[in-house]
Amino acid sequence: MEQVINIALPKGRLGERAYEVFENIGYGCPALRENSRRLIFESRENKVRYFWVKPSDVAVYVERGAADVGVVGKDILLEKGFDVYELLDLGMGRCRMCVAGVKGKRPNPELTLRVATKFPNVAREFYRKKSREIDIIKLHGSIEIAPILGMSDVIVDIVETGTTLKENDLEVLEEIFPISARLIANRVSYKFKNEQIQAMCRKMEASL
Amino acid sequence: MRQEELLLKKEEQVVFELRRLFEQYGYRRFEMSKFEEYDFYAENRSFLDSENILTFTGLDGKLLALKPDVTLSIVKNSRGSLDAADRVYYNENVYRARKEDKEYREIMQAGLEYIGPVDTYAVLEVLLLAKRCLEMIDGSYLMDLSHMGLVAGLLEETGLVGGKKKRLLKAIREKNVHELHEICESEGVSEEAGERLAALASIYGPFKETLPAVKALCRSERTRAAYAELSELSRCLEACGELSRVSLDFSVVNDMDYYNGITFQGFIEGIPNGVLSGGRYDSLVHKLGKRGGAVGFAVYVHLLERFWTQEKDYDTDVLLLYGKNADPAAVARAVKKLTKNGERVMACRENTGDMRFKRLLSMEGGEE
Repeated sequence: MEQVINIALPKGRLGERAYEVFENIGYGCPALRENSRRLIFESRENKVRYFWVKPSDVAVYVERGAADVGVVGKDILLEKGFDVYELLDLGMGRCRMCVAGVKGKRPNPELTLRVATKFPNVAREFYRKKSREIDIIKLHGSIEIAPILGMSDVIVDIVETGTTLKENDLEVLEEIFPISARLIANRVSYKFKNEQIQAMCRKMEASL
Repeated sequence: MRQEELLLKKEEQVVFELRRLFEQYGYRRFEMSKFEEYDFYAENRSFLDSENILTFTGLDGKLLALKPDVTLSIVKNSRGSLDAADRVYYNENVYRARKEDKEYREIMQAGLEYIGPVDTYAVLEVLLLAKRCLEMIDGSYLMDLSHMGLVAGLLEETGLVGGKKKRLLKAIREKNVHELHEICESEGVSEEAGERLAALASIYGPFKETLPAVKALCRSERTRAAYAELSELSRCLEACGELSRVSLDFSVVNDMDYYNGITFQGFIEGIPNGVLSGGRYDSLVHKLGKRGGAVGFAVYVHLLERFWTQEKDYDTDVLLLYGKNADPAAVARAVKKLTKNGERVMACRENTGDMRFKRLLSMEGGEE
């Protein structure tokens, strides 16, 4: 008997685009299209159940088996390190993890580098490889202000188009790694719902 | 229902059954002390799952640790050698840091180790016992097999070492095919070797049926030897009628410094993590200065806790209310009488309303 596949989608534009892909390959759930505040949607016909969750929580739901598969940005996987299967690069939500600083200004290499970021682990790892001593300032948003106010020398953040940087008079100094959305799966679900998850993967890969 | 079944939680019952099974196969119980010297774990840090170890200073000033693992201590104390096998099982609490909140927790493990001249029979015996354990937990289980010799052999062919090799191994663990391709491309590994690694990571399927796909990947002596071992195990499992529920999956990888042969993991439907994990670890035995090989596994009993937890419907079977004139001795006699029937009884002065019970009895003054 085919079981229902539970899919965790990140709230927001990426999740909506990912859902379109699921819909196009036969995993549609019409109720999800209706404007509603509900967070769980199920299609008995297509044997899928979708949850809308905070983007940074998708991998938590998948790792703990509440969701069998999920769509999540590579930035979040690299920052937190989850024990899940990473089955596909969906190629959507493309952006870059970058080091940026105030235009025309270069940090003094003799001083400990002050780094403002939402991604302390990524920043730590990057500068450890460069043997550079850093002082991490963990922020939760509006990172761009930190170097302008002189609180930090640089920021480590996601850059999509670069417009926000430009408007705040910042520029990219170095690229750390490219980012895109990934299809992840729970390690145990992958085994018990193997045929269904593999079929989903194949269809998805063909549609990309 | 027997009294002990009533009192023991399901996971405790399973542990007793596992111990009985291990005894039947000639394994002896290994009782270990609560603490080991910290240095012992520090020297073998990469064998342990977690970097964090709970330590404290002993009365003689030595740094001691609450054990994060049992296998290391068993191997250190084992009398197994190239000539004679030592079969040991354990049922112990270990102390590890939880990744999510960085808090220590006590977890219960049960498992066994076969230390000595490991031949195909020994590996088969341990695999079959692992299967039995899973079956005892729940009928809907799956077991995945892998071979570290095969994984290590294919990684060797890429020529990458150190951190780069570790990245490849991590990608295999995640079944991350695109990452494998990316690493191979950026590190100048031949496309053909990259393809074979990607194929290895993608493999998942019934043991016997999937073997031909594995064979196609084996070009070196090392990988061919590993394939031959898998193939022989498949034949033996089939001959024992035990091939069902066993799959090949090379994302089951363990530290290559310690594990060298078959590795395996067990899963129960409804539990989001593997509940059993084991493998062949001759390299650890050699590192601890012993001769011989070893194979064993552990069952993560703490993961089973939630699997059987059911809502408790009643706090007690009988709520016995006694009035203020009741003779205490009469109440005690009534309670004793009721418990003799196997019922749980709670004697109270009044019904506060927050107690859930099957039946209510009350006694005023004299007997009920």
